[in-house]
Amino acid sequence: MKFETIIGLEVHSELKTNSKIFCGCSTAFGAPPNTHTCPICLGHPGVLPVLNQRAVDYAIKAAVALNCEIAEETKFDRKNYFYPDNPKAYQISQFDKPVGENGWIEIEVDGYKKRIGITRIHLEEDAGKLTHDDYDDASLVDFNRVGTPLIEIVSEPDIRTPNEAYAYLEKLKAILQYTEVSDCKMEEGSLRCDANISLRPAGQEEFGTKAELKNLNSFTNVQKGLAFEEKRQAEVLLSGGEILQETRRWNEEKKETILMRIKEGSDDYRYFPEPDLVNLYIDHEWIERVREGIPELPDARKQRYINDWNIPAYDAGVLTQTKAMADFFEESVEVGADAKQAANWLMGEVNAYLNSEGIEIEEIKMTPTGLAGMIKLIEDGTISGKIAKKVFNEMMKNGGEAKQIVEDKGLVQISDEGQLKAIVDNILDNNQQSIDDFKNGKDKAFGFLVGQAMKETKGKANPQVINKLIKEGLESR
Amino acid sequence: MSFYDETLSSLHTKIKNKEVTITELTEQSFKRIKETDDKIHAFLTLDEERALAKARELDEQNADNLFFGIPAGIKDNIVTKGLRTTCGSQLLDNFEPVHDATVMNRLNEKNVVTVGKLNMDEFAMGSSNENSSYVAARNPWNTDHVPGGSSGGSAAAVAAGQVPFTLGSDTGGSIRQPASFCGVVGLKPTYGRVSRFGLVAFASSLDQIGPITRTVEDNAYVLQQIAGHDPLDSTSANMEVADYTSALNQDIAGLRIAVPKEYLGEGVDEGVKARIQEALAKLEELGATWEEVSLPNSKYAVAAYYLLASSEASANLARFDGVRYGVRKEGEDLLDLYKKSRSEGFGDEVKRRIMLGTFALSSGYYDAFYKKAQKVRTLIREDFEHVLNSFDVILGPTVPTTAFKVGENSNDPLTMYLKDILTIPVNLAGNPAISVPCGFSDGLPVGLQLIAKPFEERTLYKVAHAYERATDHTKVKPEL
Amino acid sequence: MSKITKEQVEHVADLARLSFTEAEIEEFTNQMSKVIDYAEVLNELDTENVEPTTHVMDVRNVLREDNVKPSLQREEALKNAPKQKDGQFEVPSVLD
Repeated sequence: MKFETIIGLEVHSELKTNSKIFCGCSTAFGAPPNTHTCPICLGHPGVLPVLNQRAVDYAIKAAVALNCEIAEETKFDRKNYFYPDNPKAYQISQFDKPVGENGWIEIEVDGYKKRIGITRIHLEEDAGKLTHDDYDDASLVDFNRVGTPLIEIVSEPDIRTPNEAYAYLEKLKAILQYTEVSDCKMEEGSLRCDANISLRPAGQEEFGTKAELKNLNSFTNVQKGLAFEEKRQAEVLLSGGEILQETRRWNEEKKETILMRIKEGSDDYRYFPEPDLVNLYIDHEWIERVREGIPELPDARKQRYINDWNIPAYDAGVLTQTKAMADFFEESVEVGADAKQAANWLMGEVNAYLNSEGIEIEEIKMTPTGLAGMIKLIEDGTISGKIAKKVFNEMMKNGGEAKQIVEDKGLVQISDEGQLKAIVDNILDNNQQSIDDFKNGKDKAFGFLVGQAMKETKGKANPQVINKLIKEGLESR
Repeated sequence: MSFYDETLSSLHTKIKNKEVTITELTEQSFKRIKETDDKIHAFLTLDEERALAKARELDEQNADNLFFGIPAGIKDNIVTKGLRTTCGSQLLDNFEPVHDATVMNRLNEKNVVTVGKLNMDEFAMGSSNENSSYVAARNPWNTDHVPGGSSGGSAAAVAAGQVPFTLGSDTGGSIRQPASFCGVVGLKPTYGRVSRFGLVAFASSLDQIGPITRTVEDNAYVLQQIAGHDPLDSTSANMEVADYTSALNQDIAGLRIAVPKEYLGEGVDEGVKARIQEALAKLEELGATWEEVSLPNSKYAVAAYYLLASSEASANLARFDGVRYGVRKEGEDLLDLYKKSRSEGFGDEVKRRIMLGTFALSSGYYDAFYKKAQKVRTLIREDFEHVLNSFDVILGPTVPTTAFKVGENSNDPLTMYLKDILTIPVNLAGNPAISVPCGFSDGLPVGLQLIAKPFEERTLYKVAHAYERATDHTKVKPEL
Repeated sequence: MSKITKEQVEHVADLARLSFTEAEIEEFTNQMSKVIDYAEVLNELDTENVEPTTHVMDVRNVLREDNVKPSLQREEALKNAPKQKDGQFEVPSVLD
């Protein structure tokens, strides 16, 4: 029997506000435990929430960028459940009137394009952080994170493969980063993903029973977890078994999903309208004001690179994956770099450097002006490709302008024929054996002679001029 | 001296003229509390050392406002920084707030001297004070009787002359009902007029803090000081506070009074009815006119109220879980800790309402109970709106009876709930209402309730003050 | 509507993190049934076209600026904690 896989994703993303959603405590990551707390976010008796305007702005911004319809009237609700990281024992969230609904994003995977629907996007508050204390076999609660504004983005069950899931997350992350509403750092927990997956016999309309996957702490693990689960469910079904509605946890060491609990019915969160917050009306002007702050999004940029600068589609896709990379690229072109050359450098050397150092493009010392300057020096023959690598490494480590580095380090290419002819003549005079070898058909000897000339000039000789002079010298002897 | 013979303004004059020091005033308050509190149990916590230290400090300064150096008692569900706040619950027996309620800031900036925290039904759930998990406060007029609730301590303290004024809170009548039982003046402001920040929530959409005083004038002064917009309370009204004291001493000729037939019908004691009719006659004498009206949905108010208030309470009281503050009862595991801390920490009435509220919100019942009650709330609001379009105030008794005996009703929750039938609709509608003493029935005080349009506290004070001036009810003192 | 069952009361107690003795459960079942029965009086009213009231005052869009305000000192934040360790609130292990 053939199965069709049905996947839906729930993504939580922390919004990049300065203060928490309902109080003035800082949202900065990494502070000592319980130093960013106050009676409000600790849920002390008698406190009340007041909504952070920027959190709403960002939620609207994300919703607009994800092609959602924006609610004219929205409200907050209490979601009731007991847990030590949830200080009020209810989370302020949105139940039946989310900020945005019915959106979509387009993904491209394995050569085809597809639209993934977004059911809803709503605002809520984050929980605190629990860690385990092995010594006491107890749990410890840090409330610094509690109250950080979150958006929850729920996709339609439109995703059919783990690869599509991966592409969806990549695209979603790019959009949230482009709009600058979230850092989307999975390692800091500012982006989190849960996945629902079920199988149904090909051709069947009705959905199968789904499992919920948790602890998917990277996009790759989402992909791996879903692939594992797809296989597991198929095996269960083929052996005549039944899929239970369960929550499973991805175990990274074992590379498998492990049963956490079996769900009985749906959870009873007893949602009801939050009486401490008033209703929110989002008018046309508000939406327009937010819309004006949305920059050109990755797909539009990609298309522009292809149309205006003849960048191959694949390259344009890579360049626009993060806003920082795309901005770097465009700035380089703006200050005079050849678009294709700049793209090649970013796709090649720069990406390789970022990967080997494990850093982001925001962290490098080289500026777009630096890159553009270097490309110009290559083009006008001032430096060779080989020298360029040296200049590049210097700029990545210490910054600076290409021209200045070339001058300071005496890296200017020697193209003067007279100066180089003397050097070539001298080399030919001292390497009769190589001349003989060349004449006997050993082409390698030519390379040896060029190498000698480069060595003599410490790599600064213009390789084209050297080639020409050696060729002429050999012919004349 | 005795607080029975003074008002805020007479005390202020004496302080300014150095006829009395603030230290003496504060000592007088503690002396009276010590003389009377073993009988009425109005206070749960006294802050004597700090209060006297502050009094001495204030004696060195210039008394620049009416509240300067005035002793006050605060209901124990209003958080006070560094001063134990229990809400009348064992669960919060050790809780010391790390911040002050907005109303406390408003009083503290005028240098009020807080003498202590007042007894109440646990988490403000109750109408008799018998649900205090410490000791039931008693009625100063007859200590075999309840002082009412939930702000029983707040009303009893003023009636016993322990302090010139107190703050209470009113969710379904919790200021007006004990004010009525104890023969003092209690006002529930319009929802949103006084900040709720720092009031430990019972039912967030109904709760309001308000003043309890011996006279209408004092009441207006206190409200003037605590009312106003608070950026920390999203539901607080962002509009200017009216000048309440300028409404005093005004003529009420031409005032239009509505008397709902539902408010003088079945279940209202004859003695109470008689006092209300006398009050009405007195107001007529002063130039007011009255007509009988109907608030047809009043009879649904109690049911709607218990569903809504309990539902909100079930969420508001969920935070008391033994994790961050309060009394923890260790258990085998987390779930056990939660259940033990809550089951042993909360009293029966609180648990009863949490259960009812949790049930009303639970899956499958929400529409039938919670949402239905919210819709009925709309109808009740409309009743009031409709009547107050043609009348200045609605008049009736505050409570159908006088203070009942301790233990008389506590075993039957439903009977107890039904006694709040005259106060509850006002909280559902959000309007302001005042209870003023209007005489006695069998030696116990009767309260007259006046209800006005939202933000028309001025009208209430005007009428109540005119009535007070024309009668002698506030001049009678209980014998303690 | 039918009477509330003992099982329902137990389920609700569990949701509210309350535990009761058998006798208390019986009593609650009884009392809650009475209150719920009483609440059925609301069904006399036709509320089909009535909007529910969540807030009595029509206040809208109350928002604050995104400004950071000072937080509590950690000692203050933990002052009322029944149990604490290393600047954090301690609870029984939540690991399964």
